[in-house]
Amino acid sequence: MMPQAEQPAAIRVRDLVVGFGRQVVIDHLSLDVRKGEILGLVGASGGGKSVLMRTIIGLIPRRSGTIEVLGRPVGGVRNRRTQNIAGQWGILFQQGALFSSLTVRQNVQFPLRENLVLSEELMDEIAIAKLEMVGLAPEDADKFPSELSGGMIKRVALARALALDPQIVFLDEPTSGLDPIAAGDFDALIATLQKTLGLTVFMVTHDLASLNTVCDRVAALADGKIVAIGPMRELLQSEHPWVRAYFHGKRSRMLQPQAS
Amino acid sequence: MASEPLLTATSAGELLELRPRGSWTASRVTTLESLAAAAAPAIDRAKSVKLDLADLSELDTLGAWLLEKLFRRAVSAGHRVDVTGVAANYAGLIEEVRQVNRQSRLPPPARNPVVARLGEIGRSASGATEDVAAFLQMLGSLFVAMLGVVRRPRSLRITSAVYQLYRVGWQAIPIIVLIMFLIGAIIAQQGFFHFRRFGAESYTVDMVGILVLRELGVLIVAIMVAGRSGSAYTAELGSMKMREEIDALSTMGLDPIEVLILPRVIALVCALPILTFIGVMAALYGGGLVAQFYGDMSPAIYIARLHDAISVAHFKVGIIKAPFMALVIGIVACSEGLRVKGSAESLGRQTTTSVVKSIFLVIVLDGLFAVFFASIGM
Repeated sequence: MMPQAEQPAAIRVRDLVVGFGRQVVIDHLSLDVRKGEILGLVGASGGGKSVLMRTIIGLIPRRSGTIEVLGRPVGGVRNRRTQNIAGQWGILFQQGALFSSLTVRQNVQFPLRENLVLSEELMDEIAIAKLEMVGLAPEDADKFPSELSGGMIKRVALARALALDPQIVFLDEPTSGLDPIAAGDFDALIATLQKTLGLTVFMVTHDLASLNTVCDRVAALADGKIVAIGPMRELLQSEHPWVRAYFHGKRSRMLQPQAS
Repeated sequence: MASEPLLTATSAGELLELRPRGSWTASRVTTLESLAAAAAPAIDRAKSVKLDLADLSELDTLGAWLLEKLFRRAVSAGHRVDVTGVAANYAGLIEEVRQVNRQSRLPPPARNPVVARLGEIGRSASGATEDVAAFLQMLGSLFVAMLGVVRRPRSLRITSAVYQLYRVGWQAIPIIVLIMFLIGAIIAQQGFFHFRRFGAESYTVDMVGILVLRELGVLIVAIMVAGRSGSAYTAELGSMKMREEIDALSTMGLDPIEVLILPRVIALVCALPILTFIGVMAALYGGGLVAQFYGDMSPAIYIARLHDAISVAHFKVGIIKAPFMALVIGIVACSEGLRVKGSAESLGRQTTTSVVKSIFLVIVLDGLFAVFFASIGM
């Protein structure tokens, strides 16, 4: 689905400031994520990408600024209003954050069980359906997270994030720790699900291949601000020194000779 | 945009026309389930079914799956099924849902409850032998590690052992002193209260002294240490196991027993006799205070009576047991820690097991020592 300019923003961040102690991590940042697009966020390691994501979903308190998700302001994670929006988003944490004492099936069912009233049978069917949609076999449903490989954990976490059919999905480094083939599969999976379910995807990633293939737009975070945002080809032409270094560095040239 | 979901069924002869409308989304699931269930008998009665999706205003995976279930029900009943009016933006979703849940799930095999129960008993019995084996294995590995230290004294982790001694010994002193003070005071109070009836108050001192020195002092301190430090050992080693830190150590050519477990056990073996001594002193002091304020016995008399009543032998009987109890606590705590599997639940279970098992073994050991000392006449 191509982003359209007139579509309202799914996530709207204005003048956001986040800091810990004396350190300011996010400095007057503004960002719009359009409905139905896949936005990739890049930035230096430790540069505040995850902080930005966690602030948007309310896990980290902000110093000032406003965050609106689907037109509604977001407060802290314990705030009732935020909790109401929480049904509208799914989050894939970097390490999966699966509940280790529940089976795969129970993990996927957890949001359903907590938020909806439905029969066990339907809940089982939905859980299996979600697992199959993310490319897992029904036999995996009764395994525990400790019995899964890294790639499977990410898939189960994605299935759990999608359990309630959210409108927005936040992915924190979804392909990190996966081999290139598995990462490519995962990218394709995200793209397919995004199309079929009409998702808005906010993806923090370092994977240049994902940025190139699945992201509609890419935002670059440097010095606590969004220094460049746009489709990949625009970012490749950006004059900002950090963005140039990121996309035209030795490693990226080595990986993508055709891109530079 | 969001509107109440409906499912209108119009049957014309043998043709059943189903028209879902409104929002078929997860937030309406309760209504949707009953709608779908209500439509099921009509599907079974009809000969051919037409599913018209043109009036859907919203659809998500859950709604699509319920519609797919209706569709499959009609297909499996052998009806002719037409699906019409699929909006372009839902076509992909409906296609996706068509692929899922194709395998029929195997029902869990039926088990005879008697056999299951017997199986459980058998498993726990074989688990008990495994426990003994694990205990002996840990004891053996510790002995081997100890031999290694004797051969190369520099391989002993002195820093780590001292740090653990600080944690399980020094930091435990306040709570041990408090508890043992109260225990001594309570025993003395009970003694004065009950012995007063037959004028044998002075024997309270004998009771406090012998009981605390021989049995209760070391037992209660050991139980406190098992709960306080044994559980900490299990949780630490368990979470290190979960995060592959122990595997990392082994691959660096280091022996986890030598690096992690030996210093901890050595610390415990050193700490428990010291804590027992301190605890016993606190209990005797507590008993003395009660004697002075409740039993009207002056401190000088209390000390004199104590001097007559107890001998070094009583003290030895108590303190000799301490290092053995510490060894048992340390071995149980560390071997349970190494048995932790990946999940948070397993960490909790092993920690509980560690505390329960070490307290049990400490009491059993105390009983064995009682038999031993009785037979050598101490």
